[in-house]
Amino acid sequence: MPESPESEFLQTPSQTVGPFFGYALPFAGGESVAAPWHPAAIRLHGTVFDGAGQPIPDAIVEIWHPDADGRVISELGSLARDGHTVTGFGRTPVDRRGNYDFSTIKPGATRADAAPYVLVTIFARGLTHHLFTRAYFGDEVDRNASDAFLDGVDPSRRPTLIATFDAPHSYRFDIRLQGDDETVFLDFDAESHD
Amino acid sequence: MTIPAEQLTQEMVSAEIEQIHAEHGEWARAGGRPLPVHPPRDFLPYRSTALRHPTHELVRADPEEIELASPAFGHTDVAAEESDLTIQHTGEPLGERIIVTGRVLDGDGRPVRNQLVEIWQANASGRYVHKRDQHPAPLDPNFTGVGRIITGDDGGYSLTTIKPGAYPWKNHRNAWRPAHIHFSFFGSAFTQRLITQMYFPGDPLFGLDPIYQSIVDPAARERLVARYDHDVSRPEWAIGYRWDVVLTGPKSTWMEPEDADHA
Ligand SMILES: [Fe+2]
Repeated sequence: MPESPESEFLQTPSQTVGPFFGYALPFAGGESVAAPWHPAAIRLHGTVFDGAGQPIPDAIVEIWHPDADGRVISELGSLARDGHTVTGFGRTPVDRRGNYDFSTIKPGATRADAAPYVLVTIFARGLTHHLFTRAYFGDEVDRNASDAFLDGVDPSRRPTLIATFDAPHSYRFDIRLQGDDETVFLDFDAESHD
Repeated sequence: MTIPAEQLTQEMVSAEIEQIHAEHGEWARAGGRPLPVHPPRDFLPYRSTALRHPTHELVRADPEEIELASPAFGHTDVAAEESDLTIQHTGEPLGERIIVTGRVLDGDGRPVRNQLVEIWQANASGRYVHKRDQHPAPLDPNFTGVGRIITGDDGGYSLTTIKPGAYPWKNHRNAWRPAHIHFSFFGSAFTQRLITQMYFPGDPLFGLDPIYQSIVDPAARERLVARYDHDVSRPEWAIGYRWDVVLTGPKSTWMEPEDADHA
């Protein structure tokens, strides 16, 4: 059909990822953004919980982050891993106990006055539209304290955005979809809802 | 007072859907606001949403550089044959061979180029290869139901597959999902990330399905339905459907410098 100049391009709506993504979306090495033997490898792991505090066995988690200097990475190979290129993109389903486990590098901040973080996206059966959150790093105390976004978050909920340093080179970031200690989820597009 | 799924009738679920749609319509009219495009995450008729939706409002964040970019995908990531789900085995899958084609665009109608599209679906009998699918319908040894493609310079994609069957699920008694293909898209910004489902025109199950009906805006629901396009059908070979997708994002979407050449 010919497009009139006024034709509007309207957002396609979301639908749940459903229960049967497990043979389709995961790919070999999806959880290994940087191989565990990479000299700067870190572990970023956690559990996804529902509103009853039960782990969710059918969620899939994606991460996306810049390089160690805070630069956006534009290397190909996010899907077909070559074992050494760090593309900044990872995807892994949670296991039966709701756990996910990434190996990657610690990114730098993209802005001089901001704290570094990993963008985390959660899809699940029963979730009609994915959720975004950010995993900031618990050992970046000074940078987190001066980050404008973190500063604007209700202090009682702010800890849900911090991945805790739980072992050498390892950070734990649990995700609670609902209830007490519900994770802070992000809206990047509030303007369009006005 | 939770009613067990096997006692929950279609009539009860349909009444819940109708009530929620009416409430949203009222909210939109009263405030002079458009209906939301995306489904509410708290949608009672789809029972699994109950414990999986946040109860706090989402927190507004200005996207930083990383959120205004997307991972780079290319032909090193996806083989050309992955766009044809009918040639992944030694024999041909059973069912109605179809072509699904369209363009991925941003909110200004600009093509989303060189980005990853992934699909997965049930076979012609409504059965997924997934090990947790217990629908007593036959698996097809010649059909896996997984495909990938990288969009072209015009944002275009084209997939060859088999029309999936409807299948039952345990949301309520006698619940059936309309035939659909699951799609995953990356935009030019990660904030445009989208996973959704594409449907086929005229499906009698649309009105009954809590997942399709979780989208409260009827016009937005229709945007998930591909249309039959005779120009896409290929003689003596396959039935053609066209489905265009729009990924809008925050107003400050980062633009590649070379976009100027194609404006
Ligand atoms: Fe499905």
